[in-house]
Amino acid sequence: MKSLRPLGLLLATTLLALPATAEELTIGLASEPTAMDPHFHNLGPNNAMSRHIFGRLILQDENQQLQPGLATEWGPIDDVTWEFKLREGVRFHDGSVFDADDVVCSFSRAPDVPNSPSSFATYTKGKVVSKLDDLTVRIKTTAPYPLMANDVSTIPIVSSESGCTATTEAFNDGTAMAGTGPFKFVSYSPGDSIVVERNDDYWGEKPIWTKVTFKPIKSGPARVAALLAGDVDMIEQVPTADISTLEGNDELALSQGVSNRVIYLHLDHDRADSPFVKAADGGAIENPLRKLAVRQAISKAINRDAIVERVMEGVAIKAGQLLPEGFFGVSDKLLPVDYDPTGAKELLAEAGVPDGFSLTIHGPNDRYINDAKIAEAIGQMLTRVGIKTEVETMPRSVYFKRASRGGPDDTPEFSFILVGWGAGSGEASSPLKSLIATHTPDKGWGASNRGRYSNPEVDALVEKALATVEDPTRQDLLAQATEIAINDAAIIPLHYQVNTWAAKTGLKYIARTDEATLAIGVVKE
Amino acid sequence: MTVFIIRRLIQAVIVVFIMSLIVFFGVNVIGDPVDMLINPEADQAEIERTIRALGLDKPIHIQYLHFLAGVAEGDFGRSFIFGEPALKLILHHMPATIELALVSLIMAILLGIPLGLYAGLYPEHRVSRGIMAGSILGFSLPTFWVGLMMIMLFAVYLRWLPSTGRGYTAIFLGIESSLWTRDGLSHLFMPALNLALTNISLVIRLTRAGVREAMHQDYIKFARAKGLRPRRVIGVHLMKNILIPIVTVLGLEFGSLLAFSVVTETIFAWPGMGKLLIDSLLQLDRPVVVAYLMIIVLFFVVINLVVDILYSVLDPRVRLKDQGT
Amino acid sequence: MTEATAIRVETPFQRFWSEFRESWIALVALIVLAMIVALAVLAPWITPQNPYDLAQVDVLDGKLEPGSQAFAGYTMWLGSDGAGRDLYSAILYGLRISLTVGLAAGVLALAIGTAIGLVAAYAGGRVDTLVMRVVDIQLSFPAVLIALMLVAILGRGIDKIIIALVAAQWAYYARTVRATALVESAKEYVEAARCLALSHSRIIFRHVLPNCLAPLIVIGTVQTASAIALESTLSFLGVGLRQTEPSLGVLISNGFEYMMSGRYWISFFPGLALLFTIVSINLVGDQLRDVLNPRLKR
Repeated sequence: MKSLRPLGLLLATTLLALPATAEELTIGLASEPTAMDPHFHNLGPNNAMSRHIFGRLILQDENQQLQPGLATEWGPIDDVTWEFKLREGVRFHDGSVFDADDVVCSFSRAPDVPNSPSSFATYTKGKVVSKLDDLTVRIKTTAPYPLMANDVSTIPIVSSESGCTATTEAFNDGTAMAGTGPFKFVSYSPGDSIVVERNDDYWGEKPIWTKVTFKPIKSGPARVAALLAGDVDMIEQVPTADISTLEGNDELALSQGVSNRVIYLHLDHDRADSPFVKAADGGAIENPLRKLAVRQAISKAINRDAIVERVMEGVAIKAGQLLPEGFFGVSDKLLPVDYDPTGAKELLAEAGVPDGFSLTIHGPNDRYINDAKIAEAIGQMLTRVGIKTEVETMPRSVYFKRASRGGPDDTPEFSFILVGWGAGSGEASSPLKSLIATHTPDKGWGASNRGRYSNPEVDALVEKALATVEDPTRQDLLAQATEIAINDAAIIPLHYQVNTWAAKTGLKYIARTDEATLAIGVVKE
Repeated sequence: MTVFIIRRLIQAVIVVFIMSLIVFFGVNVIGDPVDMLINPEADQAEIERTIRALGLDKPIHIQYLHFLAGVAEGDFGRSFIFGEPALKLILHHMPATIELALVSLIMAILLGIPLGLYAGLYPEHRVSRGIMAGSILGFSLPTFWVGLMMIMLFAVYLRWLPSTGRGYTAIFLGIESSLWTRDGLSHLFMPALNLALTNISLVIRLTRAGVREAMHQDYIKFARAKGLRPRRVIGVHLMKNILIPIVTVLGLEFGSLLAFSVVTETIFAWPGMGKLLIDSLLQLDRPVVVAYLMIIVLFFVVINLVVDILYSVLDPRVRLKDQGT
Repeated sequence: MTEATAIRVETPFQRFWSEFRESWIALVALIVLAMIVALAVLAPWITPQNPYDLAQVDVLDGKLEPGSQAFAGYTMWLGSDGAGRDLYSAILYGLRISLTVGLAAGVLALAIGTAIGLVAAYAGGRVDTLVMRVVDIQLSFPAVLIALMLVAILGRGIDKIIIALVAAQWAYYARTVRATALVESAKEYVEAARCLALSHSRIIFRHVLPNCLAPLIVIGTVQTASAIALESTLSFLGVGLRQTEPSLGVLISNGFEYMMSGRYWISFFPGLALLFTIVSINLVGDQLRDVLNPRLKR
């Protein structure tokens, strides 16, 4: 796992005390990839890292729009078949030539890495990949599948000569680390650093950085300190608490971008007797969260401006639906609900609970930006309109299991929870399918529908959208489904996370909606 | 002596076995690692695949038996998160922690013994009282708070030292360490001092107590009466005797330094075992947590044994008897 | 026990007190400690806000500088934290929790440890060997690791953290009591009591135990301080108490993220309160040790 190769070089740099040349870049990462093997763990930090070294057929730009990668053209040739034309003359870092075999074997390796904690099967299932000729690949599905290109853009391509048969260990120690990406692998020391260098034979625009070092610094303040002390040139996930200070610092420059992640409240739509809902006097009460008026009251009782301004220090955008505007499938009719405590009280009275009731909000405290503080602020706001709210936050290691299936028969344990959802595909079917659609394990729907919301009308629209290949029709269907769900307060959206990167003056990061930190996105100003 | 060591080794095996039971079942009560590992977009089928891949579909006692069978072959299980053998991961993080603990131990000795000596020799002196009050402070300061203050002061305001992380390493005498580079040492200073705080105080107090007790002993009075120079009395006669408890305690402390490095490593983003433990605990990487604790148990058992033996070498009055303690 | 040179006849307590106040540092520490305890006890009557009542805490008051005016009209002399808690109120309420946790853990560990230590010393033989083996093994483990594991397994909450702290600390008491009790049991007066055929419990509780008190008091103070420190450390590591009912440790750890942004007060003041508490307990304990340890008598 330990690579000894760079030691001589490192020693030389230290002893001679050479100043880092301008083409070298050090980035402080908030979360570390768990392996170098690009197929091992389908998770944000791993996928961001593998994009440096391994190419993909289709690339996602900073707004998650699809761009040509190792495939130059693609499209459906009939309802269930897509064809991909591959780029000619691309070579892997080890010198071997990129062709259709690499694609076929990468698609078969990706869902099937031993010990993988989370595989790419989500994206490869139901797809049969075949080679037509050296530079043409076809993918067949059983039913029309509009998200083909999005799915394909997630699969890293490894070499059929060295990568496809390699073990995860072989990737981690560097022997199998030959990709087609803009950077070549240099060394990997878990917990300490990952080093890559420029691939001068890259087919696309070559990076300006000759060498990039990634240093994982998990703790937010420590990451900021490292930047201020000059140990790193850039950091990701700047804590909101530090943003205003860093903005005032002439030696630093910030870049911000809205993400694809919505922070929302999920409510128990299902149980008549919900475990964490009690009457105002502590006695039993029929679950008031099932009444639309109560859900709307809760939404009105929440001062989203206060959360954005105070808790998030202005670094978030009030949310009215599942994805921020500009994403595929959002509705232009939905606006964030206005703060209206009087209206909330009226709605509560209208719903037959004029004296309110008592409730516990559960949330994680180490998953989303300021998650625990948001939960606390919600608790304060609801308490003020008469819904006596207790706040309970816990580490995500405990939280997600309990929130998903901590109750009897693997039902969700809580009644009222704070959660977030990032749409990996960059369009609205992802949250609709996972959060809003009826919980149907066989179908893979509603996997994160922790409120057990169920609305046949929404289900039908989503079903139809997922079988519609034409973009404008699909866009309308998704927007329509979102409108019905949000107007029914299936979930209560709070805000969209905004991500912040900070770098030394002279550098600028092109903010990405998918929250990834890519060296290629760091430009000189 | 041999009987003593054998008996201790048997006890060690029993301890390790019981600890493995407690730790394995204890760790398996917390949360569900699958939710930590899996991509949120994954569906039910993928979740079940992961549960199988991690071996979590089997009943817990079967998992434990698998674990025991593995341990017998030197395999402590495979990290859920990294997919690598847990032992390999821990060994990879170990040098950084040992480095940190060693330097902090040296700091404790270099600072603690002279200060303690002074406080013990001139107990009524103002400086001594100051030293003692200061040593209480060293005990009482919450490590994490001090660490934070140190980063603020030395790294952010004064910019004398790098804030976090480990510096460049180099190989010298066949050992790869960040002790051999300037960059490495500058990274090491703050966390080592932070970790040393409690032990500086400890050494001060042990030394002082030792000196004060010894000064009343006949052999010191005799040495003085013989007309030996004070320097020799202190340097040879006194030091020899007070070093015993210090060696004992520091030997034991080295182990708890490794453990306390959990806090220091978290603040200073030091890539050692302690940070690995906290990360693994928070991310429910059960095999790593279990393997770490097993190694720590072994470590402590060995340290205890070594200290006992050292004790008998340093102090011939102590005989290793076949008894409880 | 000591060869008192006093001519006046003193009660043991008077003698103890006159020796204790010889050190002005210890005296000051005792006064500070008394004040801290008083502040903690009186917290509900002398604070402008109940930081546990969410209706009184407003996020709009969050992160105010020391001396700012709160929405409700009072002045936040020490500023406020991220959730809008008045730090002065939060610190006093936090002191209550920290002291409660420390004391409860201390008393419970003392009771359990003492009982086990006494039984071991009095019973002797196999029981003694077994108990002491367990104690030795446990003591060779850092308390922070034991508590960390337990809290991780048990979950959050005051009761759980107390259990973890007791589990991490009982062995110190057991060892001390057993050692002292062994010395005492060998003395003539116990022998005499045995000859008089007094009951075991009477011998243990009326004769042996009182003589173990001195070292127990010393250990008790030090361990209580370390329990408070341990709780704050665990809270800092993210496995301690709930953030809506903050102890000092939680307050500091909440302030951790604001350290770089110049909002020093959020973790500085609670840190100071923690420091004063632990230092004063330790200083008092230190002096107790000197006073109660006859071997160090000048």
